[in-house]
This record gives sequence, structure tokens and C-alpha cells, in this order.
Amino acid sequence: MSEYSKIFRDGMWTTNVAFVQLLGLCPLLAVTNTVINGLGLGLATTLTLILSNVTVSLVRNLVRPEIRIPVFVIIIASVVTAIELAMNAWFHDLYKILGIFIPLIVTNCSIIARAEAFASKNNVPHSFADGLFMGLGFTLVLITLGAIREGLGFGTLFRQAHLMFGEAARSLQITLISDYQGFLLAILPPGAFFGLGLLIAAKNIIDKRRAAKKPLTVPAPVAATAA
Amino acid sequence: MSLIISSPHQHPANSVSRVMLSVVYALIPGCIAHVWFFGPGLLVNMSIAIAAALLTEAWILRLRRRPIKPALYDGSALVTAILFALTLPPLAPWWIPFVGIVFAMIFAKHLYGGLGQNPFNPAMVGYAMLLIAFPQEMTRWSVPQLPELHSLGWLDVLRHSFTGALPTGTGYDALTMATPLDHTKTQIALDQTVQAAHASYKFMGQIAGYGWEWINILFMFGGAWLIVRRIITWHIPAAMLCGLGLFALVAFLSAPATHASPLFHLFSGATMLGAFFIATDPVTAATTTRGRLIYGAGIGVLIYIIRYWGGYPDAVAFSVLLMNMAVPTIDYYTQPRVFGHKG
Repeated sequence: MSEYSKIFRDGMWTTNVAFVQLLGLCPLLAVTNTVINGLGLGLATTLTLILSNVTVSLVRNLVRPEIRIPVFVIIIASVVTAIELAMNAWFHDLYKILGIFIPLIVTNCSIIARAEAFASKNNVPHSFADGLFMGLGFTLVLITLGAIREGLGFGTLFRQAHLMFGEAARSLQITLISDYQGFLLAILPPGAFFGLGLLIAAKNIIDKRRAAKKPLTVPAPVAATAA
Repeated sequence: MSLIISSPHQHPANSVSRVMLSVVYALIPGCIAHVWFFGPGLLVNMSIAIAAALLTEAWILRLRRRPIKPALYDGSALVTAILFALTLPPLAPWWIPFVGIVFAMIFAKHLYGGLGQNPFNPAMVGYAMLLIAFPQEMTRWSVPQLPELHSLGWLDVLRHSFTGALPTGTGYDALTMATPLDHTKTQIALDQTVQAAHASYKFMGQIAGYGWEWINILFMFGGAWLIVRRIITWHIPAAMLCGLGLFALVAFLSAPATHASPLFHLFSGATMLGAFFIATDPVTAATTTRGRLIYGAGIGVLIYIIRYWGGYPDAVAFSVLLMNMAVPTIDYYTQPRVFGHKG
């Protein structure tokens, strides 16, 4: 069980794809101008990570190491193609907004990184958990960054929620500041860089404070056996 | 000995504040002309910007656990705020100077490590951010203060800044207008000749826009005084003005109908302010002699390119920021040969 809690903590925080590994920055910076866009891309990426991790883990003993990279690439490409077609069918408006970034999930380094670093060395349930939590960790950052940028840029949260949850969700939109004239910079690409930079800084501060609170544990000296 | 000449690096202990104060003095004539021609809005913006700059500086230094007093008294935040306020349209709501300078101090100055560490000119970062984020407020330049025009007094400007209310019977249409650079650019885009564009602009002066030419001339004299006082060297302003002037001259001679004269470019917009006060910022400019010439000329050429082909009527801020980015490379390739070493 502790194995899973470690996978959970690694994915959501300690080795978070966006905060710590700084992978997949291109879609992260490009589509996070609203919460819903971030959520849509985050869930698509999570699904890709789960499916590719599970598949890679299933075939890990059949694939020779020399050809593993092409095999991973084919698996990831197939998964992304399937997800792209599915989104085109069921979330067509969101698909149009996210545009090129859905097929570009295939180039998100975090996916091949997890396939190579985790799924090809671990069993199927662990790989599933890793894909799920790495994906959710990425989604968390996408949503947070989307919320900051949407809040500053439009003064709202969850605008265009109907793209994802159907017409009934239109009322989900929260107006933070009425009569807000908008802060264009937050929605433009520079806002994404500033926002992500500040988020990473905030994470580092939290980690530092936590480390400072913990009593310093000195590892027990290792007995010198081979002197 | 100037602060920004290379070694030996011995100079008076208060040299930063001495340099900064000299810069402030040199700006005064141009600022007076600015107020004279475009109303008291500049002073309102400047007061807000200075107050916000000093408060932000103190706050960030506290966060960074650095001594606050010496940094506040060295005048660098003051100069940043003044230069920044000079770029703003005189009729701006109070939050324009406030947001701009706070952003500049935090993001352009202190996130990089404070005075001396910032690769980008903070005043220009603040201006560029505002121009991108609030295009409407940032492109409303005041009409010149002329007897036949309705001009706003002190109280009107203050009230507009804090409440957004204009006196009854006036509106932005009556109080603001395109700048000469802006008007010329739009008319050329409409297939008019430069001459027709200038003729259709209501307030042309002798060589450039009414008011603008005097502001530029006075900034030029202020800058010349700084060169005489050895606060700045002549390299960057001269290279920048030559870069802009020569490029404009070649363009003007080859197609006088679509390219404004070099004099118009040299005495319009922020050219002189940029050449003597912004491009010469000792922190963000190139430091070698040859490097300064390249850096200045690059800014001049970029100004012309953006003014003519780009999307904005003036281009000092973007050109300076782009060349700021090139400074480490320029400095790397223009290191002077150490005496006794092979080149």
C-alpha cells in the first residue's frame, strides 16, 4: 500500500510533471487561459498517460530493449489518435479550442518519460497508478494556472463550462469581479510564463517551510565494512 | 572618472545616487516642456509612479531581508519611476502608473536580483506590459494645450485620474488625438503620401509634431549635459541616433512619398528620451566601447523598422528591450584585448 502512496505523492507533488520535471510546458503554457481549457487538456493527457503506461507495462517483457523506443512511440501515437477522435466526436467545441494541442499530446515528453522511466520497469497496477497520478498532478497545475490566468484576465472562473459539461453547465461560471475590464497580459502567452514561474516559486516556498518545520534527521552512520 | 568606464573601478561611495540625481536634473527641462505642451497629467502620473516605486522597493527589500534605506536613497527607483511616467499618456487613470511601476519593480528589477542585476530596463518593461495589457488606455494621447482647444487644468486631471470622470461637455474625442507618428503611420497605410499625412495633421511644428519637437530638443540638451558631466558616454546616444537617422535617410531618399524625413523621426515620439536616458541605463546597456556602438545602432535601426513595418507607431521600448536581450552576446564578442595577450 505504501508503494501506492509513494506513487501518489510523487505524481501529485514531489516529482510533479509540471512543477518539478518541467515537462510538457508547451501545452501547459498554451492552453491554460481558462480553467475549462486546462481541465480538458489535463484530462486528455491523464487518459493518455494511463493507457500508454498500462500498455507499455503489459508488453514490457516482450519488447527487446533495442527497439523499445519505437514501440513506445507507436503505442503513444495510437492512444493519442484514439483520444483525439473521441474528443472530436464528444467534445467537439472544446476540441476546436484546444486544436493542435490535442494531437500534440503525443509530443508531451512526460508521456514517453513515464513509459521509459516507470511503466517499462513496473507491473500493470503500479503503472496504472503512476499514469493516473502523474496525469492528475499535471491536471492540477493546468487547472491552477488556468484559474489564475482566467481570474486575472477575464475576472471569471469556469467560463465556457458548457464546452465540457453540456449546456446545463453554463451557470457554473463564477464572476469574481463584475465590470472587470480585463487584464489582457494574463491571457496572452507572457501571462502563462509569469503564472507558472510564480506557481513554482510558491511550491518551493511551501517545500522549504515544510523542511524547516521537520526536525533534522541525521542518517545513521553506515558501518565501514570495506575500509 | 565616469561610473561606467572600465577599470579601475574606484569611484566615490555615493556614486549611484550622484548619477541618479544628475539624471533627474537633466530630465527637468524636457519634463517642463512636456507639462507645458500636454498638461499637468505627467506630474500626476509621476507622483503616483514615484510613490508606488518606493513603496514596492521597500516592500520587496523587506521580503528579501535586505537593507532598505540605502536602496531607497540611491535614487534608482526614483529614476525608474520618472522615466516610466514619461512614457505614459498624460490622461491616464491612476492604476495605469501604479500597476505598471509595481510590475516593473517586482518582475523586471527584483526578481532578477535588484539594482545592477536586471537584464531588462525596468521602466521599459513596465511600459511594454501596459501597452500590451491595456491598449485602450495606453494609446490615448492628449491634444496639445492650445488656447483654441479645451485643455484640462490640475483639478480636472486629478479627478480624471482617480475617478475617471471628465468635465461635462468634454470627452476623450475632444481631449485626445493620434500622435504625429501614429497619424503618419495610419495615413501611409491608407496609401497617402507622408507630405499629405503631415498636411492633414492639425498640429505640426517646424520639423515634427507641435510640442513633440520641443520635448525632444530639450531632452537632447539634457542628455548632452549628462555627456559633458561624464555621467554617460556619447557612444550609445550617437550610435542610436545615427542608426535611426541613417536608416531613415536612406529610406527617405529612396522613397520620399512613403518614408518620413530623418528629422521627423529624430524629433518625434520618444527618440531623444530613449537615446540619452533609456538606452544608456548603465545596468542594461552594453559595457564595452565597441559593444555600446553596436547596441546603440541596433536600437536605432530597430526603432525605424518597427515604426515603419511593425504594428506600433513608436518603438523605443521594444527596441531597447530587444537589444537588452542581445547585450550579453554583444559584450561577449566585443571584449577588448587584454594588454599583452593575443587577440
